[in-house]
Formats: sequence, C-alpha cells, structure tokens
Amino acid sequence: MLPFDYARATDVDEAVNLLAADTNASYLAGGTTQLDLMKDGVLAPERLVDITRLPMRGITRDDDGLHVAALTTMEELAADSTVVEDFPLVRQALLLGASTQLRNMATIGGNLLQRARCRYFRDPGVAECNKREPGSGCAAVADSARMHAILGVSERCVALHASDLAVALVALDAVVHLQGMSGRRSVPLTQFYREARTSPDVENVLVHGELITGVTIPFLPATATSGYLKVRDRASYEFALASAAVALVTQDGTIGQARVALGGVGSKPWRSLEAEQVLTDAPANEETFREAAAAAVQGAWTLPGTAFKVELAQRTLVRALRNISGVAQ
Amino acid sequence: MAKALSRPRRTQVVGDTPMELSVNGRPYKLYLDARVTLLDALRDHMGLTGTKKGCDQGACGACTVHVNGRRVLSCLTLAAQCDDQEVTTIEGLAGAEGPHPLQESFVRHDGFQCGFCTPGQIMSAVALIQEGRAGSDDDVREYMSGNLCRCGAYANIVAAIREVASADGASAGRTSADGASAGSASAARAPRGGTDASL
Ligand SMILES: Cc1cc2nc3c(=O)[nH]c(=O)nc-3n(C[C@H](O)[C@H](O)[C@H](O)COP(=O)(O)OP(=O)(O)OC[C@H]3O[C@@H](n4cnc5c(N)ncnc54)[C@H](O)[C@@H]3O)c2cc1C
Ligand code: FES
Ligand code: FES
Repeated sequence: MLPFDYARATDVDEAVNLLAADTNASYLAGGTTQLDLMKDGVLAPERLVDITRLPMRGITRDDDGLHVAALTTMEELAADSTVVEDFPLVRQALLLGASTQLRNMATIGGNLLQRARCRYFRDPGVAECNKREPGSGCAAVADSARMHAILGVSERCVALHASDLAVALVALDAVVHLQGMSGRRSVPLTQFYREARTSPDVENVLVHGELITGVTIPFLPATATSGYLKVRDRASYEFALASAAVALVTQDGTIGQARVALGGVGSKPWRSLEAEQVLTDAPANEETFREAAAAAVQGAWTLPGTAFKVELAQRTLVRALRNISGVAQ
Repeated sequence: MAKALSRPRRTQVVGDTPMELSVNGRPYKLYLDARVTLLDALRDHMGLTGTKKGCDQGACGACTVHVNGRRVLSCLTLAAQCDDQEVTTIEGLAGAEGPHPLQESFVRHDGFQCGFCTPGQIMSAVALIQEGRAGSDDDVREYMSGNLCRCGAYANIVAAIREVASADGASAGRTSADGASAGSASAARAPRGGTDASL
C-alpha cells in the first residue's frame, strides 16, 4: 500500500467537500473492496475519507418502500424484519454472499460499488487491462478466463459485476440516492451501471465525490412470489458462476407480472426485460420458463472459457422460476 | 523521544495518525502510519500476536476479531477506523476461571492440527453462538465458511462448536439457515435494524 492521509468525516457535507477538493481522494466504508485493492496496488489514493461515522445508518419503511441508509451493513439489512417478511430475494442475495465477518463490515453503498474480481484487473503486473489503463487491451480475453461475463461485454473487457445484492435490487427497481457538490439526485439502479462493452473504466454514473446516501427498495405486489438462486463452484463463500433474482405474480396459472435479473454473467447486474416480456401473460410452465431463459441470454458474447455460462445461466433462471412458482420439472 | 517517554505506558508513537483503542478492556493510545491495519497494530504495536495473518486479503478468516461485539476481519480494517471502539481478540477470551468454553472444547475435540487458523476459528465461533447460528451442523458449516483451515480439521471444529452451543441451550436453539438455501422464502423473524435512517 502506498502512503495516504486518513481523514474521518463527521457529516455528509464535510465528506463531499473533502473529496471534491481532491481528485486523488476516495471514500472508505467497510474497506473490504477499497483496502483489498490498495494492498494489491490497483488503487493508490492519496487520501482516504472514512465515512463510517456519518449519520447514514439504519432502515425505515413507508408506502414507497424500504429506505436503507448507505452505511447499513449487509448483515443488518439481512436481519431487518421487513426484509425477512417482504424481500426474501434480498435476504438470500445478502446471506449467500461473502462470509459473516465480511458482511458485518461491508456496507450497502460499498456493495453496489464493489469492483470486478477479474484477476487480471487485480494484478498491476498485467499490462493489458482496459479497466485499469484505458486503451491497453484485455489480458482476460487473450487468456480465455472462466469467471467472467458474457453479457454486456466485448473483446475490450469481459469483467463481471460480482455483487449478488445488486442483482436482486435491479430486479426490484431499487433507486439509489446520491449527494454531491451540485446537490442531490436519485437514479434508478437499472440506469446506474454502465456496460464494459462501452466503457470498461467507467462502471457507473457517479461523478467524483458523489456519495451514495441510501437506497429505496419499492415493495412488490403482495401476491408476488420471489427468490434468489446462486450457482457456484462450492457450497458457500464463493462468487456466483450464475445467479437469478426472480419475482412473479401469477393468477390461475397465468403470469401477470414478472421480474428477472441475472448475476454472474453480466458486466453489470443484468436486468432482462426480454425474459420478462416472454413471461408476461404466458402460462406458468416449463416451456415458458425455457423460452424466457433463451431470451435472457440472447446476444451473449463468449470466450472458450465462458461459453458454458450460456447454458448454465439458462438452467439457473429456469430453476429459479420453477422454485418460486411451484411448477414441477 | 523524551516526549514519547513521558506518555502513559501503553502509548506507541511511530506515525502521525492518532487513535485510542480499547483492546480486551485495556486502553491503548497509538500514533501510527495511516496504512497500519488493525491486524498489524495488534501484532506489531500492542504485542498481541494471538491474532494470525493468513492471506492479509480478506479471504481466510485467520485474522478474525470482534469490534464492538461483531466478528470482522482485522486485515481489511484500518487501525485508525477503530478509534474509540472496543476490540476483543483471542487473548481477551479467557476469564479468571480459566479458558473460554470454546477454547477447552477445541482442545477436547482436537479442533486443529497446526493451530494457525484456530484463534480466528474460535473468535468466529464465539460470535456464531451469540448470533444464534449454531443450531445445526449445517448452520455451523455455512456460517463458519469464512474461516478456512488448511489442515482440514473441519469435522472436529464443527463438533467442538456444537458441543458448546448445545450446552448453551437458548442461543443454539434458533436456526437461521434459510438464507443459505436459495429458493426458500420463509425465515425466522429477526430483530429490525436501526431506525435512524437519513437518506
Ligand atoms: C473474500 C470476499 C468474498 C466476497 N464475496 C462476495 C459475494 O459472494 N457476493 C457479493 O455480493 N460480494 C462479495 N464480496 C464483496 C463485498 O460484498 C464488497 O467488498 C463489499 O460489499 C464492499 O462494501 P464496503 O463497505 O466494504 O466498501 P469499501 O471497500 O469501503 O468501498 C468500495 C468502493 O465504494 C466506494 N464507496 C463506499 N461507500 C460509498 C458511498 N456511500 N458513496 C460513494 N462511494 C462509496 C469506495 O470509495 C470504494 O471505491 C466479497 C468480498 C471479499 C473480500
Ligand atoms: S488474514 Fe485476514 S482474512 Fe486472511
Ligand atoms: S489447524 Fe492448521 S490451518 Fe487449521
């Protein structure tokens, strides 16, 4: 780690001003991404602004949904009674991620901004990485890596967005609240991320110094069933090879509304309106689910190492839909 | 240096970032380089070498300690972030009556071979039982998955934890494996998080 100054912000304005004044400064929340990448030498800010003492913690609910302040930890959100009752897919996405120790540290704001696990990105010894060094190339493509994305990618970058939570939240139409030098704004999470295909080095719409203050998660209709399914190389403590966040409102065997998002396959948390369109007004059966899954992976861009994910993602989605609809195989 | 010598006993000056930590109930006043992690502060600046450095990257759990009663990884926590916080390490577990029940149980069940992962395993297990997540072998495996053991002593580790959890009745009774089996929508009611949100 290169030397840096440590500053602890006590209110939101102070934090934003500290960053605005210094283009080489970064926020520090739980540190599980930020310090990890600084140890690897991928990030080298001259100043870290510790935001963990800001009054941005806790969860409230009203008619608009659940309001989660950005410093709420993954464990805290998973234990919230509204999440337990009304957002099983959020709880599952949280508890199926990382370990309890990491979830006690990791904040919701930080989770949405976690960086790619791509080992070429994380190794400054690798020269070709368009995410680290725009225009330098992509070593992962040449090496045909396996734990990479197949949607929203190209030969310029195949890095995966590895958050489980963000997949559940894009399915739920969550909204992120931001505060920066030019004031506050709110952005739907589906419009927050950018694809690696277009801009490997710019992952989202945040401008320097903008702070995530919280997230609002709207409720699903009371009759909806929902769930998060994660498929991985080992049973616990591993990132997804493929995952699916799904919600359905079904009446008399016909799907009235559907939400579908995929993880483990996209350069951003991958909402699939294509799959939702196939599902809506269709009978809730295996055939429909398979058709929706085929629609979800259309346009996949694969390498020999990632080709298996086209089939795996479809099976994951079909199984997730089966699980929440009670449709037998 | 003369100035440093006149400070209270547990004061260390090797950098310019100030912090006051309570570790196992003892106060420490430190001036360290901002880069120093809680793990390195404990080991190199407080003489508490029970907490181990495995990967130093948040992957193995060997460095697990409690901050304000919650288990966290000290290798990905800056010491400066723990200013004014309560830290508990493996050295803080034993009481006047002797070792902590989990320390005894690990010995009784042979919950280790080389012992390098053990302080992290035990700190994690103490929290696990407090969280009410030691109600079944499966729960223990799931919620201890952040603690790796290269010697593969897992079966005995699970047995050691289960023995203490069962003796501990109340906190072992609850099960919370729902999150670990995707697709299940039901869950035991858990306490609501804080309500001081400001969005
Ligand atoms: C071993 C390991 C396994 C993991 N497994 C999983 C997994 O299975 N699933 C999963 O989803 N995640 C997983 N993670 C990732 C983990 O969830 C993230 O690292 C964590 O959520 C990041 O949150 P943080 O508070 O620690 O963020 P930090 O590391 O503090 O910050 C991350 C980034 O966001 C910025 N930032 C943080 N908060 C804000 C804010 N409020 N406003 C603006 N910018 C901000 C920081 O400047 C930094 O750039 C794993 C991590 C590790 C180390
Ligand atoms: S040393 Fe901290 S997790 Fe391995
Ligand atoms: S006892 Fe050797 S690593 Fe666990």
